[in-house]
Amino acid sequence: MASEFPNTPMLDELEKGQWPSFVTEIKMAAKRSPMSRDLLGLLERSYRERIGHWKHGGIVGVMGYGGGVIGRYSDLPEEFPNISHFHTMRINQPAGWFYTSQALRSICDIWEKRGSGLTNMHGSTGDIILLGTKTDELEPVFLELQKIDFDIGGSGSDVRTPSCCCGKARCEWACYDTMNACYDFTMTFQDELHRPAFPYKFKFKFSGCPNDCVASIARSDMSIIGIWRDNIQIDQNAVREYAQKGMDIRADVVENCPAKCMDWDGQKLTIDNSYCRKCMHCINAMPKALAPGKDRGATVLLGSKAPIVEGALLSSVIIPFIKMEPPYQEIKDLVQKIWDIWCEEGKNRERIGEFVQRVGLGNFLEALEVEPVAEMVAHPRENPYVFYEEYFEEDDAEGETEKG
Amino acid sequence: MAEATTERRTDYGPPHYEQFLPPIIKENYGKWKYHEILKPGVMVHVSETGAQLFTVRAGSSRLLSIDKIRMYCDLADKYCGGYLRFTSRHNVEFLLTDRAHIEPLIADLAKLGHPVGGIGNSISSIVHTQGWVHCHSAATDASGVVKAVMDELIGHFTHTDLPGKLRIALACCLNMCGAVHCSDIAILGIHRRPPRVDHSRLKKTCEIPNVSASCPTAAIRPTVIDGLETVEVIEERCMFCANCYTVCPAMPLNNPLNDGVSIWVGGKVSNARHEPMFSKLAIPYLPNTPPRWPEVTEAVRNLVELWAKNARKYERMGEWIERIGWPKFFRMAGIEFRKEHIDDFKHAGLTFKRSTHLTF
Repeated sequence: MASEFPNTPMLDELEKGQWPSFVTEIKMAAKRSPMSRDLLGLLERSYRERIGHWKHGGIVGVMGYGGGVIGRYSDLPEEFPNISHFHTMRINQPAGWFYTSQALRSICDIWEKRGSGLTNMHGSTGDIILLGTKTDELEPVFLELQKIDFDIGGSGSDVRTPSCCCGKARCEWACYDTMNACYDFTMTFQDELHRPAFPYKFKFKFSGCPNDCVASIARSDMSIIGIWRDNIQIDQNAVREYAQKGMDIRADVVENCPAKCMDWDGQKLTIDNSYCRKCMHCINAMPKALAPGKDRGATVLLGSKAPIVEGALLSSVIIPFIKMEPPYQEIKDLVQKIWDIWCEEGKNRERIGEFVQRVGLGNFLEALEVEPVAEMVAHPRENPYVFYEEYFEEDDAEGETEKG
Repeated sequence: MAEATTERRTDYGPPHYEQFLPPIIKENYGKWKYHEILKPGVMVHVSETGAQLFTVRAGSSRLLSIDKIRMYCDLADKYCGGYLRFTSRHNVEFLLTDRAHIEPLIADLAKLGHPVGGIGNSISSIVHTQGWVHCHSAATDASGVVKAVMDELIGHFTHTDLPGKLRIALACCLNMCGAVHCSDIAILGIHRRPPRVDHSRLKKTCEIPNVSASCPTAAIRPTVIDGLETVEVIEERCMFCANCYTVCPAMPLNNPLNDGVSIWVGGKVSNARHEPMFSKLAIPYLPNTPPRWPEVTEAVRNLVELWAKNARKYERMGEWIERIGWPKFFRMAGIEFRKEHIDDFKHAGLTFKRSTHLTF
């Protein structure tokens, strides 16, 4: 039974103005979808009352998978029966968010038949979000997605859908093949992605350079960020060309260098690469003249997250530099070790970053059998409460140490 | 006669990206040499082979109908051989090999109501969450606030007239499903009243040890009320994060009278110049005033304009504030400094001013 097109005076206000309107999108879908019509009515209610009308809880999904579907129920089911249940499906996006029109149309056709006709392109983690359908449509949607080779993404305490920047596909700064690494890790960890078995979620994000276009340092439990070890490549003619075209190389580039390792004499740009912090500023400012070095790889960092539960964290360095060659076994082995320790010792809903804070980075490294290096800290400890583990016994032979 | 069942197919993962790459990208994968911004929202990447790939980036509302996606597909078919991509900030990108197609494509996008921009020293699309459209714990709407703010700031999306990049993000509660905690300007939905415990429902729907453990400030204790196993909330310890509600539907916090929006500034994720930084609290509370949140849009516009007027070239919001100092920022922004601005969670002492580097 198609519901009436609701009267939405408040939402209509959001169809005015130049920025694309989500209300217009919902109305487009509502021409055919009773679910979207009811969503308009429900949302207008929220706007009038200044409160959300969604409930969570209950476990919904597709057979064999423990995640990827987010259960949602309206708290006004009598009034809006078409969205009494209105679940979201997370669909694993292709690496780099590249599509053909044919693939997108196939997804649209499935969603027209079996869902609200509304999507997010894309969700915050990176998935294609199919926004809202009924419980009994979940399995049929999945069966149809199988036919076009799209699989479901992560949710709950599992590996969340990995994401990456466009890397070597369309960026001169990619220090490794982010799309290949993202796809490779996604395929390796399919079981962990679809069957939640961790204390909490675990996110991978792959950025090709320190500009970090997928915000991996802020939003992923393991941040894999491209970097180089050798000298920035310089085309002096191109530097001079930037200067001729009006760029103030000294003010715009040299003085913005955090390491103060550059100089410009009006003809030649010099960089003392032993001090370069790989911040990308000079390369960003003069993409035609400068490029990352040739000895490229990635820094692996661990532990970033939003505030819930113990406060927000940025990822911190665990491997300062590693070459990124498929099958990326060294990193995968490290991941497996991290998961083993975390699954054994971690508390429910404790992200890896919080776990490391709780047990101490030193102890965590010891358990991982990873040697501590100075690149892992912003600075050494400031407090003298040191757990010394080495000491002499009275009857030791000179120079011999006894481990505690 | 029962139908023979085929084995169910699972864990096949996403489609391999290679089939979605246009020929020019396959031919020049890893060979890109440099790029130039030709005009707002349009750039060209040049390969070692001499090949040129033009990108046209258009803003979108993130929440898209299948009708709109099909319209994007039509444009991709018309101009790009059927290839398109999306960015990490919800923009859509059309990849062209023919420079002559750029202007007609921009005109077609304008007809659809999609502005082209968001590249270089501009505001890109606002990364945001579901809000009242689909979220159980939203303290504000997401799409509506974003629409109102971007209507106000669209000129900074379609022009590259800012000192540096400006990244705005919105999360409708402290879960922060967007990268709000590291944005130049973050708009964050907040609750201001503790959860209302439904004692009759709690034991049936929630695991009490999990509910207790979910509280960052240990404000939730198991208790028995009228013979019912339930929990109590120590109000003075609650800072309204709604984490308990996420693990226990019997503890709603949503409160139309007190929910609202806070504004945070000065975060970034890029390593360029300054290391990545968290966003810091600028405005503790603004009311929810749908449909257009005038208080929020005005506050954001003021912050953008203040930064644009005073920052040096390339200086991100956080870098600018670090240079001038927070007291000066508060004075310049006309924001009253209050008790809420002072951290009182873990390691709060590290945020106190521990020097005489002061401006008056």
